[in-house]
Amino acid sequence: MSMNTQGRPTAAGEADDSFRPKTFTGNRGLDMEEPLIFEFGSLETTGVDLDEDDGVVFELGGHERKEEIGLPGLAEPEAMRHYVRLSRNNYAIDSGLYPLGSCTMKHNPRLNEKMARLPGFADIHPLQPVSSVPGALELIDELAHWLMVSTNMSAVAMSPKAGAHGELCGMMAIKAAHTAAGRDPKIVLVPESAHGTNPATAALLGYKVVSIGAKDDGTVDLDALKATAAEHSGNIAGIMLTNPNTCGLFERDIKLIADLIHAADAYFYCDGANFNAIVGKARPGDLGVDAMHINLHKTFSTPHGGGGPGSGPVVLSERLAPFAPLPFIRKTDGGLELVETASATTGGEQPFGRMTAFHGQMGMYVRALAYMMSHGSDGLRQASEDAVLNANYIRVGLQDLMSLPFGERPCMHEVLFDDSFLKDTGVTTLDFAKAMIDEGYHPMTMYFPLVVHGAMLIEPTESESRAALDLFIATMRDLVMSAGRGETDRFSGAPYLAPRRRLDETAAARKPVLKWTEPDPAEVTPAAAQ
Amino acid sequence: MRYLPLNDTDRNDMLARIGVGSIDDLFADIPENVRLNGLLDLPKRASEMEVERRLSTMAAKNTSAGTVPFFVGAGAYKHHVPATVDHLIQRSEFLTSYTPYQPEITQGTLQYLFEFQTQVARLTAMDVANASMYDGSTGTGEAVLMAHRVTRRKKAVLSGGLHPQYRAVVEGLSNMAGDEVVSLPADPSGTEDILSRIDDETSCVVVQSPSFYGQLIDLKPIAEKAHAHKALLIAVFTEVVSLGLIEPPGTQGADIVVGEGQSIGNGLNFGGPYVGLFATRQKYIRQMPGRLCGETVDAEGKRGFVLTLSTREQHIRRDKATSNICTNSGLCCLAFTIHMSLLGQAGLTKLARINHANAVKLKTLLAGIPGVEVLNAAYFNEFTISLPKPADDVVERLAERGILAGLPVSRLEPDNRDIANLLVVASTEVNTDEDRAAFADALKEVLA
Repeated sequence: MSMNTQGRPTAAGEADDSFRPKTFTGNRGLDMEEPLIFEFGSLETTGVDLDEDDGVVFELGGHERKEEIGLPGLAEPEAMRHYVRLSRNNYAIDSGLYPLGSCTMKHNPRLNEKMARLPGFADIHPLQPVSSVPGALELIDELAHWLMVSTNMSAVAMSPKAGAHGELCGMMAIKAAHTAAGRDPKIVLVPESAHGTNPATAALLGYKVVSIGAKDDGTVDLDALKATAAEHSGNIAGIMLTNPNTCGLFERDIKLIADLIHAADAYFYCDGANFNAIVGKARPGDLGVDAMHINLHKTFSTPHGGGGPGSGPVVLSERLAPFAPLPFIRKTDGGLELVETASATTGGEQPFGRMTAFHGQMGMYVRALAYMMSHGSDGLRQASEDAVLNANYIRVGLQDLMSLPFGERPCMHEVLFDDSFLKDTGVTTLDFAKAMIDEGYHPMTMYFPLVVHGAMLIEPTESESRAALDLFIATMRDLVMSAGRGETDRFSGAPYLAPRRRLDETAAARKPVLKWTEPDPAEVTPAAAQ
Repeated sequence: MRYLPLNDTDRNDMLARIGVGSIDDLFADIPENVRLNGLLDLPKRASEMEVERRLSTMAAKNTSAGTVPFFVGAGAYKHHVPATVDHLIQRSEFLTSYTPYQPEITQGTLQYLFEFQTQVARLTAMDVANASMYDGSTGTGEAVLMAHRVTRRKKAVLSGGLHPQYRAVVEGLSNMAGDEVVSLPADPSGTEDILSRIDDETSCVVVQSPSFYGQLIDLKPIAEKAHAHKALLIAVFTEVVSLGLIEPPGTQGADIVVGEGQSIGNGLNFGGPYVGLFATRQKYIRQMPGRLCGETVDAEGKRGFVLTLSTREQHIRRDKATSNICTNSGLCCLAFTIHMSLLGQAGLTKLARINHANAVKLKTLLAGIPGVEVLNAAYFNEFTISLPKPADDVVERLAERGILAGLPVSRLEPDNRDIANLLVVASTEVNTDEDRAAFADALKEVLA
C-alpha cells in the first residue's frame, strides 16, 4: 500500500462491492437526512435581530393574540444548513436533463434573475403613485408588444398569474363577448388530449364540456367536430384546443377548425402551453385563434421554482380585445396610462372585470422580457427550431425500440411514446420512469395525454447539447433492452439510488397528514427518540 | 445565441440522422400559407450587457420604496427580508425544479411545502393549510367557490372592509359563474351591520381583518351568526405579520382563512409574484382547492412527503375538479417558509410589535395635524385618515416632495365621492422616526 510520509494511505485500497455500512445518522455521505424545523428549532430562537419596541401604548382594542403560535425559529447558520440540505434532495434543470413533456424545462438564464432584482422593479409598490413608476409601465408595455408581435394578436391581458389563470381569463373574455352580443351558449368543446385545466376552467364558468375525439394520427377528428358542432348548433361558446397538441403534433386542420368554430358563432381558445415549438415559425393570430395564454414560465423561461410562481398573459383577437380585464395600459399621445377601474374606461373598452389584485406577475414580466430581448427575433426562431430538432433527434434515436402511437412522422418540440414496447415485459410505464431516476434522469411526463396507453411524453427543449441527447438516447435504449431481457428487478423496485425509494401515495391520501404535530410522548420509544 | 448549445455542424448532422433535408421539413405540418418565412418584426438578439443596459434604464425611472420615506400598504407591504432568504431561494435545486410530481427526487420541495403548511396552519390557528395559492385575492375567489361547494348555496356576502380589488376578483368570478354576491358599502371604521345581511341562503360571509382600511374586526359574532345559518365565515387578511400580535381567525370561528403572505420573504415586485395563504377546517379538506403536501413512508419505511388528495385536482378530475388551479406559488412559498423559520414566533412577535408601535407613532403625529382625522380605533400597522381635501392630490404633492404617503382610496373606488378624502397609510419596521417626521411635516405643509 502506498503511503505519504505521515503514514496516511493514499491509494484507494481494495473495495468490497457488496458492503454498505448502516450509518448511525442514517446519512449516506453527502446524502443527508434532515429533520423538520419543528423537530429541532426552538421557540426561543430567532435568526433575525430586531430592536425592542419602545414602550408605545398599543391600540389593538382587545384583539391581542393570547395563545402561543408554536413556530420554532432558527439562527441563520441553522437555517442556511437546513435549506441547503433540503435543496440537495431535489432534481433540477441545472443538474440534469429534465424531459418533462408539456412542461418545457429549459435553461433559466441568471441574467433574468439579476434584472428582476433591480430595485426599480423589485422594490416598487403596486399602488404607489403611477407618476413614480413610468419605467414599470414601460416594461409591461414593451413585453406586451413582444407578445403581440410574436402572436400577431391585437391585445394582451397581462395580469393572469399562471397558465390556468390565463385560460380562465380567456374564457371569461369569451363569455363576456357572448353576453355583450346577447347570446348565452352553454357548451365548450374540448378534445380528449387536452390538459385537465381546460375542462376544469370551462366547468368553473358553468359551461358543459363536450369532448371531441382524436383521429388515428393523434390530431382532432374534424368530422367528429363537424358532427358535434351541428348537433349543438347555436349553443357552442367555443373550443379549447392546444396547438401544437399534447401529442406533440401540430394540428394540420387548424384553419379549418377555426373557420368551423367561427361559423358557429363561437370562439377559438388556444391553450398556448406548447407555443414554444412555433415561436417565430407561425403566429396564432394567423391560425384563427381568438385567445391564447402564454406560459411565461415555459416558453419564455421564467423559472418553474418547484411549482410556481407562473405567469399567463393572454393574447386576444380584435373581437375579444374590448373585453380584456382590468388593469390594462392605454397608449396615448401623452404617454402610457394605467387603467385600473371601470370608470376610467373610454370608448369601446368593456373590461369583464379583474383577475387579481394589482397588475399581475411583474417579477416574471422582467425575466420574460430579458429572455426575449436576449434571443431577439432570430434567437427566438432558432430556439423553436432547436427544440423541435432535439425532440426529433430523440424520436429517431428511439423509434426502433420504443413505440410511436402515431407512426414515424415528425413531431414538434416533444415526442410521445406509448407502452406497447413494454408489453409482456412485466414493466409498466411507471416502473420504467422510476428506473430513469437511478440513471440520473428526471422521468418524462407519464400517463399524459390520456389518448394513448401508458403515455411517455419526452420534451428535451433547445437547452440540451447533442452530447447530452446522445447519452440520454443511449441510456433509454439500455433501459428498453434491459426490460426486454426480463430484468424486472431494475424496474419494479426503482428507484434504488434516490434520496427516497418509492413513496406510498395511497397511504398518504387515505389518512392525510398535512402538517406536523407534536408526537405523543407515550408513543415515543427510546429507540425512536435516538 | 448564448443559451443554445447546438452549433450548425450539430444541426446539420442531426437533420441528416433524422433523414430530412432542412429544418423546415420538421415544420411541414404547419400549413404553408400560415408559415412564417421571414423573422418576426422584433429586434435581433442582444448581448447580456445590452439587455442589462436597456432594462436598467427602465428600472431607473421608477422610485423604489427603499429610497424614500414610504408608507404605502393596502395589500402589499414593504418589509425587510433577510439576505439569507434570497440567497437560498436562488439555489438551482429550488429555482429550476418543477412541481414535485416525482417525490423520490423532489423531497426538498416537498419537505418545505410540509413546513409551510404547518407554519400557515399554526399562524392562522386552523387545522390544515394548502401549499399556497397565486395570491390573497385569487385565494379569496377560490374560498368563495369552495364555500359554495360545501354549503351547496350560491350567495356570498362581502364586508365593506374587504380590499376593493379582492372584492372585484370575487365579483368577477361569481358573475361569470352565475353566483350571487352582496357587497356592502365601504366601511372605513368597521361599523357596518353585516350580521343582518346573513340569512339561510347565505353560503359565506367574507370579512377582512385588519380590514382594507386597517380596522381590526371582531370575527366571533360574525362566525356565530354565520354558523347559526349554516353559512361559512371566510376570514381574509392582507398583512400576515399581524398574526404575530392579534388574535388569529381560527380561534374566532373562521371556517376558511385566506391571506396574502407577501410580507414574509417576498418583495413588493409591483404586485407580483406573491403567495396566497389558504387554510381551513379538517372536515373540509376534500373540498379545498390547490396542492396539498402530505406525509407518508417510502418502500424502506423512511418518512417522506408527496403531493396528496390529488383526486380533487384538474389533472385527475378534469371538469369535476375543485378548481382549475395547477401551479402554486412555489418559490414565493419557499421564501415565506425560510423567512418565517428565521423569525420563529419569538421574532415574529417582536416584528409585529415593532410594526404596531410604528403605526401608533405615525398615527399620533398625523392626528396632531389640523384637519386630519384618524378613522380607526383599533388597528395593526395600517390605518385610514380623513383629509380636508381630496387625497389623490395630496399624495401627488407629497410625492413631489419625495414622500410616498399611502393609498388614496379614490384610486380604487373612484365613483364613491364620500371617500375621496380618505388616505390609507401603513408604517412597518422599515420606517424610522425621521421618515415619519418628514411625512408629518410635509403633510402639514401640503394641507396648509
